[in-house]
Amino acid sequence: MKLVIAIIQPHKLEAVKRELEAVEVNLMTVTNVLGQGRQKGVTEIYRGAREAGGLLNKVRLDIAVNEDFVEPTIDAVTRGAHTGSVGDGKIFVVELAQCIRISSGERGGLAIG
Amino acid sequence: MALSLRYAKPKRNFLKEASIMNSGDTAWVLTASALVLLMTIPGLAFFYGGLVRRKNVLSILMQCFIIVCVISLQWVLFGYSLAFGPDFHGIIGTLEWAGLAGVGAAPNSNYAATIPHSAFMIFQAMFAIITPALIIGAYAERVKFPAFLLFTVLWATFVYDPLAHWVWGAGGWLKSLGGLDFAGGIVVHVSSGISALVLALLLGKRIGYNHKPIRPHNLPFTVLGAALLWFGWFGFNAGSALAADGLAATAFVNTNTATAAAGLAWALIEWRHNGSPTILGAATGAVAGLVAITPACGFVNPMNAMLIGIIVAFVCYAAVAVMKGKLGYDDSLDAFGVHGVGGTVGTLLTGIFAQKAINPAGADGLLFGNLHTFGIQCLMLVVTVVFAAIMTFIIFKIVDAAIGMRVEEKNEIIGLDLTQQSEAAYTVIE
Repeated sequence: MKLVIAIIQPHKLEAVKRELEAVEVNLMTVTNVLGQGRQKGVTEIYRGAREAGGLLNKVRLDIAVNEDFVEPTIDAVTRGAHTGSVGDGKIFVVELAQCIRISSGERGGLAIG
Repeated sequence: MALSLRYAKPKRNFLKEASIMNSGDTAWVLTASALVLLMTIPGLAFFYGGLVRRKNVLSILMQCFIIVCVISLQWVLFGYSLAFGPDFHGIIGTLEWAGLAGVGAAPNSNYAATIPHSAFMIFQAMFAIITPALIIGAYAERVKFPAFLLFTVLWATFVYDPLAHWVWGAGGWLKSLGGLDFAGGIVVHVSSGISALVLALLLGKRIGYNHKPIRPHNLPFTVLGAALLWFGWFGFNAGSALAADGLAATAFVNTNTATAAAGLAWALIEWRHNGSPTILGAATGAVAGLVAITPACGFVNPMNAMLIGIIVAFVCYAAVAVMKGKLGYDDSLDAFGVHGVGGTVGTLLTGIFAQKAINPAGADGLLFGNLHTFGIQCLMLVVTVVFAAIMTFIIFKIVDAAIGMRVEEKNEIIGLDLTQQSEAAYTVIE
């Protein structure tokens, strides 16, 4: 089991969801996050004072998958979120020790899908 | 003639001894009073509330709201009598009208001969309310609530009420000098702006403030507040004609023209200076324009009103975006930068652009060959600045010794909403 964490441009969320549904990955948790990468945030101006380095809005998806689905998930997120310029985001893949479905008590691979 | 020309309206008096009531005038002044209330809550409350961090927004709304409650009562109990009551040696009103004794439906021809005395009184009450509320911008995000309450009552009683008496009260010593202040550029904006600066200096910077504005938490609130200020200001300025007449219309037109010019000018200045026109800039410029046209709106022509708006945008922009950063004082929401500086600019420009052709009861300014008026404007400014600064210093020291003006560091970091009022503006989790 792996946990795929994707940080993407907020306006790409719908496209990424469509791509994930196409490869039958339907379960995910989505949050609004702030961050900066190579593009170094934005400059904001309040009453004439410039403030560099303001963090940018991003969307984070947490997707728990079984081993077979790791590569399709990565591909789907990439297809949906890619534009080719800085700021497209990143994907992290980490080991997942356990997964429990609260309603039924199922564990492991059964609980993920 | 006097600063209080707005109250000396002889035009209808010849009909019958100062007691001819005019229903149009009465309706307009009562409406204008409600409009001026709208400037404080929700106008100023949201203008300031949006500019602070989310942990302090309720403290601003609370301070504005409670000022309405407290000063309304102070005004009825003794404030109005101190400011406008029977004169005591030009310095202060006596307490003869305390509890509004004798202030009823009959007009008072010293102030407004065609409306009930109580209508004049409640219109003035709204001015007495908004003036200490403007100062909130200087000590935002770091003042103890009980200290704020005590300071406000003392400031209203020992700064606003005497100053209003000198400038507007029958028999006030500044009234006879012949300066021009149509709707309160000096009494309201210069007095509160200077006091704001003194407080910001005495109180010190907010924790974490480093010569730059702290990010506003909700600019839509601020824009909503600025728009409500603009709307309510028609009551403030055009209402100061104390009649539904041509002078009120003149003040209305000038108010709108100067405000529009200042809002646009500020946006253009920062577009050029910083690369982007911001809505906070346009809103701040508009408020600066409203402040500057306040003393002038009943005395100048519309083209000069436009000029006043453009000039004040340049001066206030320099004060807020350049001077404040260099000097390093933390006037949190620019109460001094907008109201103190804007009020000063407006008062001086009134002495330049005023013309009798617009208001025969007024005076000609520098531009129309009269140096005298300009000199009086300067004198009024100096008197107000010195008086307000010294009194604010004394009141601050008293309150600081009695209660402590500033919150503890721990509480400032947690935020005033939770530590002063035990409530939070926004829930993050259901």
